[in-house]
Amino acid sequence: MARSLHKPDFKTRLQDWLPKLVLSPSIATTGLFVYGFILFTFYLSFTNSRMLPNYDWVGLKNYARLWDLSHWWVSITNLGIFASLYIAICTVIGLTLAIFLDQKIRGEGVLRPLYLYPMALSFIVTGTAWKWILDPGIGLQNTMHLWGWESFEFRWIKDRNFAIYTVVIAAVWQSSGFVMAMFLAGLRGIDNEILKAAQIDGASSWHLYRRIVIPMLRPAFLSSFVILSHLAIKSYDLIIALTGGGPGRATELPATFMYSYTFTRNSMGVGAASAVIMLITIAAIMIPYLYAETREDRS
Amino acid sequence: MSIASQDSAVKNNRTTMVLIYVTLLVFALFYLVPLFVMIANSLKPLSEITGGNMMALPKEWTIEPWLKAWSTAQIGVEPTGLRPYFINSIIMVVPAVIISSIIGALNGYVLTKWRFKGDTIIFGLMLFSCFIPFQIVLIPMAMVLGKLGLSGSVSGLILVHVVYGIGFSTLYYRNYYAAFPTELVRAAMIDGAGFFQIFWRIMLPVSGPITVVCVIWQFTNIWNDFLFGVSFGGQDQPMTAALNNLVQSSTGVKEYNVHFAGAILAALPTLLVYIVAGRYFVRGLMAGSVKG
Amino acid sequence: MRAHLTKKIAAAAMLLASTSVAHAGDVEVLHWWTSGGEAAALNVLKQDLQGQGIGWTDMPVAGGGGEAAMTTLRARVTAGDPPTAVQMLGFDILDWAEQGALANLNDVAAKEGWDAVVPAALQGFAKSGGNWISAPVNVHSTNWVWANKSILDSLGISEPKSWEEFEAAMAKVKAAGKTPLAHGGQAWQEATMFDGVVLSTGGADFYKKAFVELDSAALGSATMVKAFERMATLRANVDENFSGRDWNLASAMVINGDAAFQIMGDWAKGEFLNAGKEPNKDFLCFRVPGSAGTVSFNSDQFAMFGVKDAGAMADQGAMAAAIMSPSFQSAFNVVKGSVPARTDVPNDAFDACGKKGMAELAAASDSGTLVGSMAHGHANRAAVKNAIYDVVTAHFNGEYDAKTAAEELVSAVEGAM
Repeated sequence: MARSLHKPDFKTRLQDWLPKLVLSPSIATTGLFVYGFILFTFYLSFTNSRMLPNYDWVGLKNYARLWDLSHWWVSITNLGIFASLYIAICTVIGLTLAIFLDQKIRGEGVLRPLYLYPMALSFIVTGTAWKWILDPGIGLQNTMHLWGWESFEFRWIKDRNFAIYTVVIAAVWQSSGFVMAMFLAGLRGIDNEILKAAQIDGASSWHLYRRIVIPMLRPAFLSSFVILSHLAIKSYDLIIALTGGGPGRATELPATFMYSYTFTRNSMGVGAASAVIMLITIAAIMIPYLYAETREDRS
Repeated sequence: MSIASQDSAVKNNRTTMVLIYVTLLVFALFYLVPLFVMIANSLKPLSEITGGNMMALPKEWTIEPWLKAWSTAQIGVEPTGLRPYFINSIIMVVPAVIISSIIGALNGYVLTKWRFKGDTIIFGLMLFSCFIPFQIVLIPMAMVLGKLGLSGSVSGLILVHVVYGIGFSTLYYRNYYAAFPTELVRAAMIDGAGFFQIFWRIMLPVSGPITVVCVIWQFTNIWNDFLFGVSFGGQDQPMTAALNNLVQSSTGVKEYNVHFAGAILAALPTLLVYIVAGRYFVRGLMAGSVKG
Repeated sequence: MRAHLTKKIAAAAMLLASTSVAHAGDVEVLHWWTSGGEAAALNVLKQDLQGQGIGWTDMPVAGGGGEAAMTTLRARVTAGDPPTAVQMLGFDILDWAEQGALANLNDVAAKEGWDAVVPAALQGFAKSGGNWISAPVNVHSTNWVWANKSILDSLGISEPKSWEEFEAAMAKVKAAGKTPLAHGGQAWQEATMFDGVVLSTGGADFYKKAFVELDSAALGSATMVKAFERMATLRANVDENFSGRDWNLASAMVINGDAAFQIMGDWAKGEFLNAGKEPNKDFLCFRVPGSAGTVSFNSDQFAMFGVKDAGAMADQGAMAAAIMSPSFQSAFNVVKGSVPARTDVPNDAFDACGKKGMAELAAASDSGTLVGSMAHGHANRAAVKNAIYDVVTAHFNGEYDAKTAAEELVSAVEGAM
């Protein structure tokens, strides 16, 4: 840019290099601390590493073992259930609340921080609080019984077939407000003239949102999808605090699986193999997003 | 672009509005219940919790659990409470947030206003770092920190948080600056303004909204981190590690009231940030970061 | 290749350790004893060392029975900056010794005569290649039952001597409308019960064959199927809210008279004592019925990491000596519920259960029926231990029947080796 404007003298050349110079520490640290470490993990997944890294090459053995473990299958099945429900429910709740809040609501200033504050808590705190509320002995079920509703039953957290859904509840509680904020920002960014024109044409509110507003929120959908899917794949603290992976191993996710094989089972090789699978999954989601992101820029 | 003044074009009839208000209030309740449970139970004596009703207000109000969690609870060998760890967290979070935000702002500035061949690829590569599961970097990070002589120190922790914070801060500033008219930058350049002059005089003054978003995001993430803190913090462990020690203690009576008080204390700074700066948060998001 | 590299890592670790550990005259201690009684007991050690002019840098990391602490330790060792002493269990100690990361305590051990007073089975985890590497603090055992005496008395149940009597007793409690067995549904708690059940079903030799030698025939045998059937019986006698409960809340159920029995290691005693209960008056302690005469043990130790500097080594030696001193062993274990790691500590300060535990430990050690606890990492390495956990907890939660569980056990253990 600068080059086309001036003839190159020393100062211009410095100006030309300065931006790259400013960027270079970030490039260097990202190169080492992200991509270097990913390569390192990739390498470890082909070694016999147990307690600490070692460099005995074993080929694909760790991957073979990984896919042989029922524990791993449970983890990825759970991730499938958890991630799809979590993303879908957060999006629906976030969008609904944003649209409702956008109807000139009295007290919006009070409601908005109420919806948003769970995002400020750590997953450890969220998990601990929900563990309490969902526990049939002391939580919601007990409360209902004390209030006289004796037949009320809610014991999903103790049931290995339903426990994963309690993780969804807690996670949705934590993040749906944040999604609401993103959609609300998107809604407020839409030019009102378009809406007014459509309404003069006689479109109903429902139609208006379905045909015009929601399609215009595409960037917000995309951003929230990316943020939610990375939270889902990285979910670790919440599981530890809420269910500890139980009952049995019913709520293990790939992140807890990886941690346990790497650090508590001294099978670093298998842990690294599972990490590689996770990274590939993340890349499969992220690369199309990044591609779309950078392409839009050029146009 | 102001936040609540805009006229929504849609007109709703009365029943719809009632329905909307009911839904909004139900959700407000859903979001409030866990906080209510935590606060209510942190103000009860232990005897009221065991066997009592979780949703009930305290019969006998006490702030004893809060005092205990803050200054006398057993965290390690000595009953120090959470207080010293709170200070550790502050010492770690403040520089980490400032440094990662400054770097993010500069990166966003370069990537949008001083574009060069391959800049989008570099941005893409940096963005991917937001999504790396932190468990995998633990061992190699420890090696690097050891080599740098930063193992078990606050500076080491700051470094770690800055490194893994750059991705998001760059994302926020880049998307924000992308919407800023490049013509203004170009005009300044023709006037002979240099790289940093333009950043300082033109970009920074308009960066308020996105800085709020970036600072909130980084502050929350770094404050709430447990894994890095406990692995690299050494003797200066952060608040989350101390809370874990308080809550996870495996023997003795579980003092739930103290645990809840501790959990709220640990969450207080981030809660405050969200409540105080929450309205600017949506405004900042609106001003660019969700443009995708 | 591997040995060479790990040695290099360890050497680097030692070199760096000498330069970067706090300041001279300090020991840095990584542990997970953060709750009241335990921390108070550890404070005794701290003050003892301070009396000798040695400072104590505290590094408490609680959670998951030391799992979080072990992750921290790994980061510290990889960074070449290990703590001076680390609380550790069983095979973890030997694993770290194999990595060449631990110090040599032979001088202190010789001076204090550890070889003569520490039981042989325990030495297996405190020595590596003939060298002392670790100072044992205590000996816990896991095959205990804790019972509420007033429930038993009111239902006319006497202490069950055989498994059949135990089942009958639980049936009686159930009929009376109380929870027979207090239990917390976490993998390690189920494994702890499994320790006792396998000992009671197959005896010490079978236990060793299955869990120490990992003999496939034993792991898949009819005896193992029977052990799983007994676990299913236990499962039928717990309350419906057991899943995810902490062990001390299960103890509280027995203390408060909501449940009759709990199968748990002797650390549970601390809960009873804290609640003001007295052994033989308010509660009973006895071995898992059918396992009398055998003891499955685990031992908390302080493994000493390699330091180079002579002053630091002296401090480390002083800490090891202080841990092993009879007065500390007595003071600590009275609080903790465990028994001393040396046989020559007088039992005066201990209560009835403590005295019983000390006598039974000594007897089991003499007769060769003292076995390492599988559930607590004293029978095999972490990978195998967790593979067994997976099967035991899956069976307990109803995923497998007893026969399938035994088959799964064989394949899980083989897969983890």
